[in-house]
Amino acid sequence: MTEIQLIELTVNGERHELAVEPRRLLVDVLRHDLGLTGTHVGCEHGICGACTVLVDGAPARACLMFAAQAEGSEIRTVESLAGPNGELNDLQRCFTEHHGLQCGFCTPGFLMLAEGYLAECPGATKEEIRDVVAANLCRCTGYQTIVEAIDSCASARRETP
Amino acid sequence: MSTREPGFRRDGSWVGASVPRREDPRLLVGRGRFVDDITLPGMLHAQFVRAGVAHARITGVDLAEVLATPGVVAAFTADDLGLADITAVLDRPPHEFVPTAMPVLARDKVRYVGEPIAIVVARDPYAVEDGVEAAIVEYDELAPVMSDTAALAPGAELVHAEAPANTLVDVSLFATEGIDDVFQNAPTVVRVQAKTGRQNALPLETRGVVADWDDRDEQLRVQTCTQIPHQVRTVLARCTGLAERQVRVTVPDMGGGFGQKCVVGREEIAAAAAALRLRRPVKWIEDRRDALTAAFLAREQRYDARAAFDAEGAILALDVDIVCDMGAYSCYPFTAGIEPLMASAEMPGVYRLPAYRVRGRAVTTNKAPTGPYRGVSRPQYVMVMERLMEKAARALQLDAVEVRRRNVITVFPYRGVNNITYDPGSYRESLDLCEQVLHDEGWYKVRSDSQESPDRVIGIGYSCFSERTGYGSGAFAARKMSVVPGFDISEIKMDISGTVVVSTGTMSHGQSHETTMAQIVADRLGLDINQVKIVQGDTDRITYGFGSFASRSITIGGSAVAAASAKLTEQLREIAAHLLETDVDNTELDGAGGVRLRDVPGRGMSFADIAEIAYLKAHLLPKGVGPGLAATASFDVMGDGTFSNATHGVVVELDRGTGGIEILRYVCVEDCGVAIHPQVVEGQCRGGIAQGIAGALFEQVNYDDTGQPLCPSFMEYKVPTAAEIPDVAIHHLETPCAFTESGAKGAGEGGTIGAPAAVLNAVNDGLRHTGVELDDTPIARESVYRALEGTYRD
Repeated sequence: MTEIQLIELTVNGERHELAVEPRRLLVDVLRHDLGLTGTHVGCEHGICGACTVLVDGAPARACLMFAAQAEGSEIRTVESLAGPNGELNDLQRCFTEHHGLQCGFCTPGFLMLAEGYLAECPGATKEEIRDVVAANLCRCTGYQTIVEAIDSCASARRETP
Repeated sequence: MSTREPGFRRDGSWVGASVPRREDPRLLVGRGRFVDDITLPGMLHAQFVRAGVAHARITGVDLAEVLATPGVVAAFTADDLGLADITAVLDRPPHEFVPTAMPVLARDKVRYVGEPIAIVVARDPYAVEDGVEAAIVEYDELAPVMSDTAALAPGAELVHAEAPANTLVDVSLFATEGIDDVFQNAPTVVRVQAKTGRQNALPLETRGVVADWDDRDEQLRVQTCTQIPHQVRTVLARCTGLAERQVRVTVPDMGGGFGQKCVVGREEIAAAAAALRLRRPVKWIEDRRDALTAAFLAREQRYDARAAFDAEGAILALDVDIVCDMGAYSCYPFTAGIEPLMASAEMPGVYRLPAYRVRGRAVTTNKAPTGPYRGVSRPQYVMVMERLMEKAARALQLDAVEVRRRNVITVFPYRGVNNITYDPGSYRESLDLCEQVLHDEGWYKVRSDSQESPDRVIGIGYSCFSERTGYGSGAFAARKMSVVPGFDISEIKMDISGTVVVSTGTMSHGQSHETTMAQIVADRLGLDINQVKIVQGDTDRITYGFGSFASRSITIGGSAVAAASAKLTEQLREIAAHLLETDVDNTELDGAGGVRLRDVPGRGMSFADIAEIAYLKAHLLPKGVGPGLAATASFDVMGDGTFSNATHGVVVELDRGTGGIEILRYVCVEDCGVAIHPQVVEGQCRGGIAQGIAGALFEQVNYDDTGQPLCPSFMEYKVPTAAEIPDVAIHHLETPCAFTESGAKGAGEGGTIGAPAAVLNAVNDGLRHTGVELDDTPIARESVYRALEGTYRD
């Protein structure tokens, strides 16, 4: 497995050229080659969703993709959400207001899941949001405040388009 | 006691206000720093060759192919590293406790699938996996001991040669005189035989460590996600032969712990020893498969409980036999006594019990070892107590809530038959309010309507319980622990700008201590919360601490930061009095970051003014004060601690077609004394309840007969999601603690403790017309299905 591939990735609008083993996972490239450690690894088999990023706008498990598979796609990670001076965006503010995070390990995954979902379904109901939140695991909150945070962000976005 | 709504700031104070969490911004923007986010120059990556069989003598370990694997730098066995064993002990006689050694790497024998045998170190995390796969281990297999009953069977294979009958702990306690006569003469005796499933505490961040030797500091620096940094330091020093000053344990952001990270892990010691040997940074990150199969587990217990009641439903006596399957090793520092001793000491719970006898045992088996997990035994014994109440109610044809009402402690302080003094709580009030809420919300009508319909099966269940928090040295000494956790020390330093840095020996892993501890300090000093910084998780910056577990952080750690703040206040007042030429008694904090005169409130000095004198113009200080502004204080509880309490009420609907269990409503009435941050308390309740529901309905670690784990991934180990966990309505009662500094009681575990009992009782209420009663968790859907179908066989 010493063969090395040259790949080009676009992450949060920035282009990177990388030399990686073909087996190298997207999540490891993001975290360890690009230093974007906001994306976390919780299970390495696609269940927990802590590694959720957006690939061409759609939530995807970065632990289930080889980095090479992401060539030519636009990737967004949690680091893309806040403003240039680190100010929280509306979704992040809703998470803190509703206490939608405790240890914060699963949080980037839920944020990117919600970011992708609300972009696709801005009219989502609270029950629909709950169904989508069921895609990821959180061990701290019991999920209620995560659902409330996303629902409140969705409602606010609908009120102020 | 009073009722109040959370989310407002009382009397302008920080305590009681749900202020924005200090931890949130970095975690939300992806700038939290968890252990796997740490990279050091030249860092190597470690993984472990692990046992593929459950019970065997090791006859050969061949690492030649491992070392030949591209990228592998080194591989070490137990003999190569020569580390001392980890041995946890209790100060109990040999017939009550047998100490057993846990080698850092298995030396002669393996005792569970997944036990570490050798550590492999490579240049990258992919190469190290290649290396681990190339290892060859030869075994002489022994019969695996795969259950508590097999462990105790005559002639059973011994997991540890020094532990006869595979028994590590065997205590018989209390045995109230005349208890057998009480049972003989009682109008009603009910019995619960229950078994609870093995669970994984399952922090979403698995365990991990980055270790390196620092030549400049002459220190082994260990960054690890642990709830107990100082205890890790002690074990590391003992295992490697270093002095404690030569080991610095720091803790980055932690992705949960829930007890699993409250014991010293052998992998973190081995990785640090490898770093020491190689003089290069070594990182170990546990993968999920290892976390599910080889990390510390919990909760597998068997109860045989009998309770005697009089004709009016008053409990007369309780006689219990508890066997806990602790797996292969005693955990440090708690030992295999953690579960049986907790259950034996505390089982009477919220009830006035005149006579009690208990035998508590820990048996060793060929499963991954047991550590503490949120609630520690209380989810299990509360479930058994609450089943006894329900069964007594049925036997006596009384309402089950009414039976509890007749038994709960209402006069405080109450000295229990278990020699524990219960401080004031709201047991009766929480029960009444919880029942009232379900009535008012119409759930009793839903249930009675369902009895008319063949399609709907509705059940309502409760649990009423307390949770001892604020265990100090007194309580743990009574357990006869050799390491007696109890006190906490806090150091506070005010800098020249008049802001403070405060240390705590507790270790937040999601509980928000950077916020809640700062609220306490801000109130004590009359500072804005943003002027207070909390330091935790660094053995070089903190004198000593026992970390965070047993809901001790706010009760004990929170009291220590308050005491340190009070000491600093005295210094500030003395300096200000001297400079303002008045008596100390004529000074007070002004609530806005300064000291003022009582008789002339307009006259005073800001903290920054005082601090400038204390550091930069020390010649102006009064005799005996300063220079500098710093204070150290400690807090401990020599008594029996303080009891939080709650009642949970659950409505379930059972599915005749599948045996499925849906929670329609979950109500929690909790009392943790003064809530420092009500939103955080609610978060602890909801998260705890989710874990309790997980134990009641979903999660179980299973093995086959040969000891192979059957749940190595999330495909087999079902962690509930938002689809299964219901919203929880929380109501607050407040019975302040009389001896913690803020009146707070612990709030970390109650949710987990109350949920299994309430869910199980609700399911049994749904099954009441079938005559079937289920007492085991997780509740088998097949049993529910068969009970409803009329084909259930016990």
